[in-house]
Amino acid sequence: MQREQLEMAPDAATDWPDRIYALLKEHGIRQVALVPDAGHARLIRRCEADNDIRVVPLTTEEEGIAQLFGAWLGGQKGVLLMQSSGVGNCINMLSVAIAHRTPLPMIVTMRGDFGEFNPFQVPMGNATQTVLEAMGTLVKRADRPEDVADTVNATLRLAFNTYRPTATLIGQRVIGAKTFGK
Amino acid sequence: MAEAIETGASGKLNRRAVVRALLKDRAGQLVIGGLGAPAWDITAVGDCPENLPLWGGMGGAAMMGLGLALAQPERKVLVITGDGEMLMGVGSLATIAVQRPRNLSVVVLDNEHYGETGMQETHTRHGVDLAGMAKAAGFADARLIREAAEVHALREAIHAGNGPLFAQIKVDEKNEPLVLPPREASILQARMREAILGPEAHLQ
Repeated sequence: MQREQLEMAPDAATDWPDRIYALLKEHGIRQVALVPDAGHARLIRRCEADNDIRVVPLTTEEEGIAQLFGAWLGGQKGVLLMQSSGVGNCINMLSVAIAHRTPLPMIVTMRGDFGEFNPFQVPMGNATQTVLEAMGTLVKRADRPEDVADTVNATLRLAFNTYRPTATLIGQRVIGAKTFGK
Repeated sequence: MAEAIETGASGKLNRRAVVRALLKDRAGQLVIGGLGAPAWDITAVGDCPENLPLWGGMGGAAMMGLGLALAQPERKVLVITGDGEMLMGVGSLATIAVQRPRNLSVVVLDNEHYGETGMQETHTRHGVDLAGMAKAAGFADARLIREAAEVHALREAIHAGNGPLFAQIKVDEKNEPLVLPPREASILQARMREAILGPEAHLQ
């Protein structure tokens, strides 16, 4: 009984994807561009189940920067979901949002961060914040589950109120490190 | 009788004449011009708020068209870009084909060269078939165009709105005189938003 209650109880450690989804609705997000990440899986499922949100899977993350500029031209708000390695694919395309002054919120799940197993994830993971900031993006980090929603809310507000690229980095401590059974 | 479209020394179609024919009586069409010559081409035909000429973002023009087409399903969206720009974002053909926006057309003015950087050859010079790639990605209508009559038919198809439509038009490689659009991109963005959304655009 007690165990069942524990599993059913709302838990900030696990419901942060639902809180992000609620924020996307609150902010009127209509286009969600993404390259999948395991950390975003639950949020992606919520978006796919919503007929008012167009989910656009990309072949590379920079497509999302271009798409969301087009969306804003047409009066729709969007958000880009990706993992930290994908940030590296976006760098030059960020010039589009900077030059046009386009609101461009990004929600990034971190790899190459806390407890990483895969060496290839580390270089970009370690550089994600530096590289985004070098490209004029306002970056906020959430390293505890209870901080994720507030941080994403700030990222959405900063983007749409101040017309620029913004990003929330969700730390690997929140998501859990993939260990490949090791 | 459709108007003639002039050709260059190579016998291929002149790019400015092609763009002029495509944009004739454009009926509120929203046009994104890829960086370099296509941006100058749409500007030469006539700059207006419904034009978004790009000064950068190479590889992104088609995806910008997708975002805009999804946001404005009642408007026709036309992306006019170059072969080098399209090749850099060739994966976006797959992304667009999966979304199937009926109101989006992507037209590549293929001069088989990087015209802004010294006329180096692009892959289309060596047989890469962009229209074939679009077809394989899932564009039901993907055309390779060499003749004036086909350009006029393309214009009709763009207005019909049974997209997504892709066209690769072989054009003469000669660079045309520069006709530069405004360079302040926040103005380019704001004027198109206002043209679509009215004054509310600035209060969103």
